[in-house]
Amino acid sequence: MSTGNRPLSPHLQVYKFEWTMALSIVHRMTGVGLAAGTLLMVWWLVAMADGSTSFLTVQTVMASWIGRLLLLGWTWALFYHLCNGIRHLVWDTGRGLELPVARASGYVVALASVVLTVAAWVAGYMAMGAL
Amino acid sequence: MVEFTLPKNSKVGKGKSHPAPDGATNTKTFRVYRWSADDGENPRMDSFTIDLDNCGAMVLDALIKIKDEVDATVTFRRSCREGVCGSCAMNIDGTNTLACTKAIADVKGDVKVYPLPHMQVVRDLVPDLNDAYAQLSAIEPWIKTESRPPDRERLQSPDERKELDGLYECILCFSCTTSCPSYWWNAERYLGPAILLQAYRWIVDSRDDHTGERLDALEDPFRLFRCHTIMNCTQTCPKNLNPAKAIAEIKKLMVQRQG
Repeated sequence: MSTGNRPLSPHLQVYKFEWTMALSIVHRMTGVGLAAGTLLMVWWLVAMADGSTSFLTVQTVMASWIGRLLLLGWTWALFYHLCNGIRHLVWDTGRGLELPVARASGYVVALASVVLTVAAWVAGYMAMGAL
Repeated sequence: MVEFTLPKNSKVGKGKSHPAPDGATNTKTFRVYRWSADDGENPRMDSFTIDLDNCGAMVLDALIKIKDEVDATVTFRRSCREGVCGSCAMNIDGTNTLACTKAIADVKGDVKVYPLPHMQVVRDLVPDLNDAYAQLSAIEPWIKTESRPPDRERLQSPDERKELDGLYECILCFSCTTSCPSYWWNAERYLGPAILLQAYRWIVDSRDDHTGERLDALEDPFRLFRCHTIMNCTQTCPKNLNPAKAIAEIKKLMVQRQG
């Protein structure tokens, strides 16, 4: 019997997106995003070492609305990845893996990431004297 | 390997539509994945609208009714029709479960029925489980002892026996394994939740003497550690077991034995 042309059954195309699954893929995406953000950090440090002209360029780009939007995204990615990382550490102790708990801790992580992001930006603007 | 889209020969097309019988008032439409090696065509979705007033309560009842009354070539596995054999596991309404214990009334709108996800399809709703069974035998799911066989049963204390609760109930339907994105992308190397839960069932069995060897066999970046706690397994298990927890316990033992 030939089994060569058997199709692969649908997977992502048909699987219902569950809450815990969404949190997991966001964890992966924020991880990738943070790796990219590290390059930005390098650019910033290199510019700082290079002198005031280069540094001013970076500062101007980052102060533009698109720069601020990117920074806001990175701040959130950082806090999300941090909070969800702690959730993973708790799981590694064998705790919190019951479904209702795992769902609830996901809501805590989502909320905490937003609250911490807002808090960091408010603190930042206050430090600049803009608030 | 991670491939988000389906290969060309697996893209699902539109199939035949079978209307409700005359005079039926309480109807429901089932959209069923169809593929046969015989005609050389791509998979398709056939839709069957049936009379619920003349049908059992479960999705399996509807599939059997369709096979009996509308299209005898609709192919699926089934045996016990009461959630103990694991044969009729399939993807219903977006999640994996047993057709025999999934109530039709629990599905809003049309009932979409696919084979277990990311598996080779033998025909219609029948996936090829050979690799999954090979993975099961790889973990040697039987008791292994060093001591001489006693004259009677090997006894366990109630506490030791309790360790097996939530593990021995697994019926190996592979709903969890085929719900796991890690397994979708790494089925050749990652054992998947069903097999890892089985592995843990023998690791914690107080009568088994080969715990160390069993852990050695799992100490591998892929076999065990492809689990990223996505939790689809626990979410989808039709027996309400917790494979994610069993896997976490194995990971803990790996750390603990390093001292």
